[in-house]
Amino acid sequence: MSYSAQDYKKGQPRWCPGCGDHFFLASLHKAMAEIGVDPWNTAVISGIGCSSRLPHYMATYGMNTIHGRAAAIATGAKVANPNLTVWQVSGDGDGLAIGGNHFIHANRRNINLNMILLNNRIYGLTKGQYSPTSPRGFVSKSSPYGTVEDPFRPAELCFGARGHFFARAVATDAPATVEVLKAAYQHKGASVCEILQNCVIFNNGTHDSVYTKEGRAKNAIYVEHGKPLIFGENNEFGLIQEGFGLKVVEIGKDGISEKDILVHDAHCEDNTLQLKLALMGNGDGFPIALGVIRDVEAPTYDDSVTAQIEEVKAVKKYHNFSELLETNDIWEVK
Amino acid sequence: MSDELEIKELEEVVVRFSGDSGDGMQLAGNIFSTVSATVGNSISTFPDYPADIRAPQGSLTGVSGFQVHIGAGQVYTPGDKCDVLVAMNAAALKTQYRYAKPGAAIIIDTDSFGPKDLEKAAFKTTDYLGEMGIDPDRVIACPISQMVKDCLADSGMDVKAMMKCRNMFALGLVCWLFDRDLDVAFNYLKEKFAKKAGVAEANIKVIKAGYDYGHNTHSSVANVYRIETKNKVPGRYMDITGNKATAYGFIAAAEKAGLKLYLGSYPITPATDVLHELSKHKSLGVTTVQCEDEIAGCASALGASFAGALGVTSTSGPGICLKSEAMNLAVIMELPLVVLDVQRGGPATGLPTKSEQTDLLQCLFGRNGESPMPVIAATSPTDCFDAAYQASKMALEHMTPVILMTDAYIANGSSAFKLPNLADYPAINPPYVPEELKGKWAPYLRNEETKVRYWAVPGREGFEHILGGLEKDNQTGAISTNPENHDLMTRLRKEKVDKIPVPDLEVLGNKDDADLLIVGFGGTYGHLHAAMDEMRASGKKVAMAHFKFINPLPKNTSEVLMKYKKVVVAEQNMGQLASWLRMKVDGFVPYQFNQVKGQPFVVEELVNAFEDILKK
Repeated sequence: MSYSAQDYKKGQPRWCPGCGDHFFLASLHKAMAEIGVDPWNTAVISGIGCSSRLPHYMATYGMNTIHGRAAAIATGAKVANPNLTVWQVSGDGDGLAIGGNHFIHANRRNINLNMILLNNRIYGLTKGQYSPTSPRGFVSKSSPYGTVEDPFRPAELCFGARGHFFARAVATDAPATVEVLKAAYQHKGASVCEILQNCVIFNNGTHDSVYTKEGRAKNAIYVEHGKPLIFGENNEFGLIQEGFGLKVVEIGKDGISEKDILVHDAHCEDNTLQLKLALMGNGDGFPIALGVIRDVEAPTYDDSVTAQIEEVKAVKKYHNFSELLETNDIWEVK
Repeated sequence: MSDELEIKELEEVVVRFSGDSGDGMQLAGNIFSTVSATVGNSISTFPDYPADIRAPQGSLTGVSGFQVHIGAGQVYTPGDKCDVLVAMNAAALKTQYRYAKPGAAIIIDTDSFGPKDLEKAAFKTTDYLGEMGIDPDRVIACPISQMVKDCLADSGMDVKAMMKCRNMFALGLVCWLFDRDLDVAFNYLKEKFAKKAGVAEANIKVIKAGYDYGHNTHSSVANVYRIETKNKVPGRYMDITGNKATAYGFIAAAEKAGLKLYLGSYPITPATDVLHELSKHKSLGVTTVQCEDEIAGCASALGASFAGALGVTSTSGPGICLKSEAMNLAVIMELPLVVLDVQRGGPATGLPTKSEQTDLLQCLFGRNGESPMPVIAATSPTDCFDAAYQASKMALEHMTPVILMTDAYIANGSSAFKLPNLADYPAINPPYVPEELKGKWAPYLRNEETKVRYWAVPGREGFEHILGGLEKDNQTGAISTNPENHDLMTRLRKEKVDKIPVPDLEVLGNKDDADLLIVGFGGTYGHLHAAMDEMRASGKKVAMAHFKFINPLPKNTSEVLMKYKKVVVAEQNMGQLASWLRMKVDGFVPYQFNQVKGQPFVVEELVNAFEDILKK
């Protein structure tokens, strides 16, 4: 059966005009249609926050749960019913602050969830407090003199929890977002997609450097497995490895040619260089990496649970409750 | 429920210490006897020396044993078989296991089960437990030798001297299991080694280490308490603990309902055995997930319910605190979920291995908003089976989270369990949305009679919907902040729970002319029953009514409570059931008996207190 974005759409979103969530929602509808899983075999599960309203605008099964617990609830749904395609949607507060524990453990267990992290570096629904991804010194209602703490960088958490998939897209960049979502679906296991998303009211401009097409041409690099890491308005720059780090070089200068440029390997088990790519940007002279940064196959938790049940079924001689009773020491009273 | 029960606490407990002749088993056994005698237990002991005094170390012929039989009442023999077997090496396990009762706890020093030890004891493989058919769950496997060495590292003793203290570690562990006072043991050692202060000190240090090991690992033995039915019905029986019976009840309910059983849990004393038990039964398709925390245990179980399974989460009081937000989500989403609370002593970490009934009001009210939730309290180890089955049936048929309360006493206590026939148990029919409602259905459409909403499990075409923690419109299911709608939904959620049918309260004893009605709930059933029996035997007119269904209350609650001149509510808390009943029954003013010691009631104390009430 083939679907259109319309088949996944429901209701009228209530986000502020211009909110990045609108853009993302449209990309999700489109990606789901291209993926083609039936709406009734799809569950979208969120926590609490502006972005967690998203399941209300999906014509699929959905849950808009409690703050921080989306990944835990999604875990139960997926393990209990592996036939469901489960999308888990959280913001940076929901996913990385109150729900941080579930975020890392879902990655560690490698549950086959598509985990969307809508990162606007602010608490919007509670009207503008700093979040765990707000930069040090960030001024907000709860930090009038600036924060005195360092932010999480989502990729580090994902990799630190032994995550096998990490991708990044900008909410306004629909084609790239759709590709990232499709790749997340294709990847079996926990797939984290960080979506850079603007809050027009409380943190306007936080992702300005890459929010427009022109900005991305200057300040972003689209990474693709097997392709050289080249960027710039005229593809004039590239990344090479130097010492323990990466370095930006200009192609055609100092004897550097395209064949000297590092080729992206998203499938590499060792995440060292993938992490370096994921951490680039934000004023360090490197472009922000967009696209699928890491995509490594590994056994998924839900498959392993099912497989173990089948293995034990084959070995054990009891398969229903009355047979279970008979495995005990039994005596008879006459 | 009307079975006459008999409770044995630390009656007929037999402990057998065994090890190499040089391991000091006789001394350990003697000290344990002395310690028990000082608390008023009667004692019978049996030293079982090897025939061959100079048998090689670690050999089968060199095993020495010492059996102690302690009892609350008079004990006449050292006991035929033991409830706890201490085996300090492989040869001891090999030769002494035949003295262990089925289900006995076995303490071993894993450091004495190396390849050479196993060879000397004629084991064929390294799976010595498997070879002897011993269930690993019954074994307290502890690296005693290493722990003794670590404990005495600063003593200046040589290894040989240190190893002579291994017996004291085992003794300390046994003292923990039976809640013995260590001071008596210390005095014994100080006297015995009056001239060797260093030896006494080392032994005392090691006893403490063994005791602390038991404490830190929450070691427990199943058969400390036994609750037996006096008049057994003919049939086939097995021995079962409350926690195992609870696990079996969930398995039975899931099978009857034709659903997958999903347990989301986090280890916590005294509930962990439910996780252990269910984790074994993958051949029945049971899925258990040991989660990252209590919250995820409950949240994932709710996710599993949403996806069409019987979602269960198991914990104790501190875990209920953490789960309460997700439990409340189940209330507003109106999804089935069973939350098991194996109560222990509180507040906070409290008394993790001890038993109380102090979570009742937490279970009834411990959530934000108007949050009605059915509460069931199992009354005995075997009743845990029925209670778990009933809780699951109630959750699935009424689309609601249900709290099943047990306690450490009935969870770890065991009874003879008549094998149930699942065919005799009532069917479980979840209210799946009928196919003909496709296109007309909304998530909060209710059965007019029961007020239960229909269940549309993901995977069904045409019933896609969203549930959530925000208030919903009673017709469309869309988010609504309409004041009238919220008021209506609040009432509907309450009405739904209030309409759940539960059996009438049964009155036992002098039901027509009692001068005193004894009222309790949950795990105190056996003790209250025994107290009533004793009073009636001495000519008093006494009745009892015991609550298993606490929310909703049985329909005849008011009628029963208001019928008698005097009513006493006896509970292991400061009056939580009494408060609940006073809230629900106009004009109900009971006497109260409250005890919060972490220990089961003592029948004699109950009788004395109740007789005082009769005199008032």
